[in-house]
Amino acid sequence: MSDLHVFRQESRDWLEENCPQSMRSPVIAGEGACWGGRNWTFASEDQKLWMERMGAKGWTAPDWPTEYGGGGLDKAQHKILKEEMARIRARSPLDSFGIWMIGPALLKFGSEALKQQHLPAIIRGEIRWCQGYSEPNAGSDLAGLQSKAVDMGDHFIANGQKVWTSYGDKADWMFCLLRTDPDAKKQMGISLVLFDMETPGVTPKPIKLISGSSPFCETFLDDVRVEKDQVVGEVNQGWTIAKYLLTHEREMIGGMGLTGAGSKTLGAIAAKTVGTTDGRLNDLFMRTDIARWEIDAAAFAFTAERVTDEAKAGQGIGATSAMLKYYGTELNKRRFETMLKIGGSDDLIWDGDISNNGWTARTLLRTKGNSIEGGTSEVQLNIIAKNILGLG
Amino acid sequence: MALVLNEEQQMLKESAQGFLSEHAPVSELRAQRDAGSDRGYSSTLWSQMVNMGWAAILVPEEYGGLAFGHVGMAQIVEQSGRTLTASPLLSTAILGVTAINFAGSEDQKTELLGAIAGGELTIALAVDEKIHHDPMQTAMPAVAKGDGYVLNGEKRFVVDGSTADKLIVATRTAGSPGDMKGISLFLVDRTASGVSVQRTEMLDGRNAAIITFTDVEVTADAMLGEQDRGFRALSATLDAGNAHLAAELLGIAQESFDRTLQYMKERKQFGALIGSFQALQHRTAHWWSEIEMCKSVVLKVLQSLDEEDLKGPALASIAKAKLCEVAELSTNEAIQLHGGIGMTDEYEIGFFIKRARPAQMLFGDYNYHANRFALISGY
Ligand SMILES: Cc1cc2nc3c(=O)[nH]c(=O)nc-3n(C[C@H](O)[C@H](O)[C@H](O)COP(=O)(O)OP(=O)(O)OC[C@H]3O[C@@H](n4cnc5c(N)ncnc54)[C@H](O)[C@@H]3O)c2cc1C
Ligand SMILES: Cc1cc2nc3c(=O)[nH]c(=O)nc-3n(C[C@H](O)[C@H](O)[C@H](O)COP(=O)(O)OP(=O)(O)OC[C@H]3O[C@@H](n4cnc5c(N)ncnc54)[C@H](O)[C@@H]3O)c2cc1C
Repeated sequence: MSDLHVFRQESRDWLEENCPQSMRSPVIAGEGACWGGRNWTFASEDQKLWMERMGAKGWTAPDWPTEYGGGGLDKAQHKILKEEMARIRARSPLDSFGIWMIGPALLKFGSEALKQQHLPAIIRGEIRWCQGYSEPNAGSDLAGLQSKAVDMGDHFIANGQKVWTSYGDKADWMFCLLRTDPDAKKQMGISLVLFDMETPGVTPKPIKLISGSSPFCETFLDDVRVEKDQVVGEVNQGWTIAKYLLTHEREMIGGMGLTGAGSKTLGAIAAKTVGTTDGRLNDLFMRTDIARWEIDAAAFAFTAERVTDEAKAGQGIGATSAMLKYYGTELNKRRFETMLKIGGSDDLIWDGDISNNGWTARTLLRTKGNSIEGGTSEVQLNIIAKNILGLG
Repeated sequence: MALVLNEEQQMLKESAQGFLSEHAPVSELRAQRDAGSDRGYSSTLWSQMVNMGWAAILVPEEYGGLAFGHVGMAQIVEQSGRTLTASPLLSTAILGVTAINFAGSEDQKTELLGAIAGGELTIALAVDEKIHHDPMQTAMPAVAKGDGYVLNGEKRFVVDGSTADKLIVATRTAGSPGDMKGISLFLVDRTASGVSVQRTEMLDGRNAAIITFTDVEVTADAMLGEQDRGFRALSATLDAGNAHLAAELLGIAQESFDRTLQYMKERKQFGALIGSFQALQHRTAHWWSEIEMCKSVVLKVLQSLDEEDLKGPALASIAKAKLCEVAELSTNEAIQLHGGIGMTDEYEIGFFIKRARPAQMLFGDYNYHANRFALISGY
């Protein structure tokens, strides 16, 4: 048996033993998702067990180095682990901006001390992070940000306002872009800094979304003390790191275009709501929409697979996160438009059991943000045109 | 299996690229068309392709072939989409070989596969009877008589049907149109008595044929596979055909894209390169993303054919449907972004749309394959 076969068998056995039964079904509408952190209330004892066991094994961040508590898996092993988890429909033990965004940036650009301080707590789900990038006047044009940090000798003092801070009111720490040199050219005077959300002067205020929930905030910074050792990389060199982090965010958001293993196909759901005759859905226009969507979704899933395999083989063009983000989010929006049509008028009901509290309608509304957050679709197309196609 | 080419496949791709761009560029297709060639392809070119072993790629080693697989073969096909190379590769070396290898008797395989690999035999697949592809609707009767059969009926859109040495003909020996059971395949000489071939030159400058069978008598050993059970072999052949048509359409889509992108970096209007206009940049970036999707579906179905897994039919329909959609987008955008010059016969960009449309329609277009995919998926 090859090493990979051994790894597969061992992973399968370990998951069998350690994944609680109730954690072996897809997370629906984010309900049952685990975000961890100081303020987290576990939905069940199983959820807690699952996060802690996976965290202790390093499998919440399977490909991070073991010296910081990660799983230390190579790409082939990581793929196997994903397959084995999908096989038993194991849900993600931990959703985390730490793992998706700031972690990879720290691994590449952070000092040894910052890695030691932050990575193990991210992996174990102890600290939850939020992203302080956007400002009222700096969205797509992120480098136009104005919130600033002034050098006070042994520390910085930060002032300004961030907006659209997802989970700003629930997070423990923020990774934040601040202007540290007001005289430098746009991109040049920006630093990426880290601070605790409990630092005096940090005030997140929830904003209600069209979906009815309030996952994001405006965050005010009034004379916030930022320690000097909490700057990632060099002072005034934060822009490169910020962009690197964004490529990770984009891949993660683009991944929403992938339907999780074990979830029902749109065709199967529609067969229940509109019925079939001779193996065909009774609503032929709906059937066409579904087939079109499923063909595109398959093409997208294979593309995500191909891009990963090419990276592993050292082939390909690398700069694909913009494409995955663009295509995946547009696909996810179409998916929910199709789902709502499949669900019919019952799915328009905003609250109550009939519609599972308006799950489809609310999720449809939430997906509209997918092509905005992490850089809009138009911005991704600009990036493709400029960086990949060389159109000036 | 990793969704990437291995080293040998990559090498074949590069050598196909080199050979076809030198010996069979788009200008060759134009020359064939303008000369009013009866064949629709160059025999010299086909001999060269045979000499390089390309006709033997799908033939198993025991019958004198290379057994290099579908992924390998498709590297040539994809390049021939870029150069719009006309040849009997699809009808003979892909469809012919797949059908004979799938359904043929030991004798048939020994005789025919070796001849194909050696370039001594060309084949055409005669399946459509109506103007829209639907193999299960096969109606053309083959009636048992003595120790043979008599064939009567008409086949259309038989690619290379006016030049091929032998035809593989789908007929009905039992049941009625729409039944999967009752379809039988026959090998018929194109020049057999009662076979009448009307050559139809298509918009791509290549040949197809409408073939009429009038009391055509064949012996029992002309049957390919078992009586009434030909549909599986036919489906497998069509799946392979569609996978390779998808690869060809990928080549067409990419080449149309590359040429247009280049043009956008040369053409100036309003004192600026047209590639600097955001309205065109966004369309181009979207177009590029769609081609990325296509690369993945094409490789996926080819690997699945090589591994003979059960997902072949669904993947073949996904790939063909997606490539029909994107080749259409690609060839249309190519003309539009070229402006007036894209409409001229003198400029090559217009040749791509003319090859794309027949390749899209052959063995089922987007609608056919989206419908088939839905049925396979249970809705
Ligand atoms: C659900 C959600 C969660 C978010 N979470 C976070 C978070 O946690 N942290 C954080 O920092 N930010 C977050 N954001 C903010 C997000 O990054 C910004 O909304 C995004 O970058 C767009 O900026 P904007 O809203 O200011 O829109 P604008 O930049 O004002 O854009 C308005 C429109 O103009 C278009 N446009 C702008 N510039 C161009 C151009 N050059 N070419 C063509 N079109 C252009 C845009 O595509 C868009 O359609 C979140 C947003 C959403 C919707
Ligand atoms: C069938 C046909 C008949 C014709 N008949 C006549 C005739 O009788 N008399 C006559 O004088 N002309 C005629 N024309 C010419 C026609 O008016 C031009 O082809 C047309 O104006 C486009 O110019 P162009 O071909 O130079 O393309 P270009 O201007 O080079 O355009 C190339 C591409 O760039 C795009 N583009 C250009 N500028 C911009 C911009 N600012 N923003 C976004 N996109 C841009 C275009 O939309 C196009 O997609 C004819 C053309 C055709 C195809």
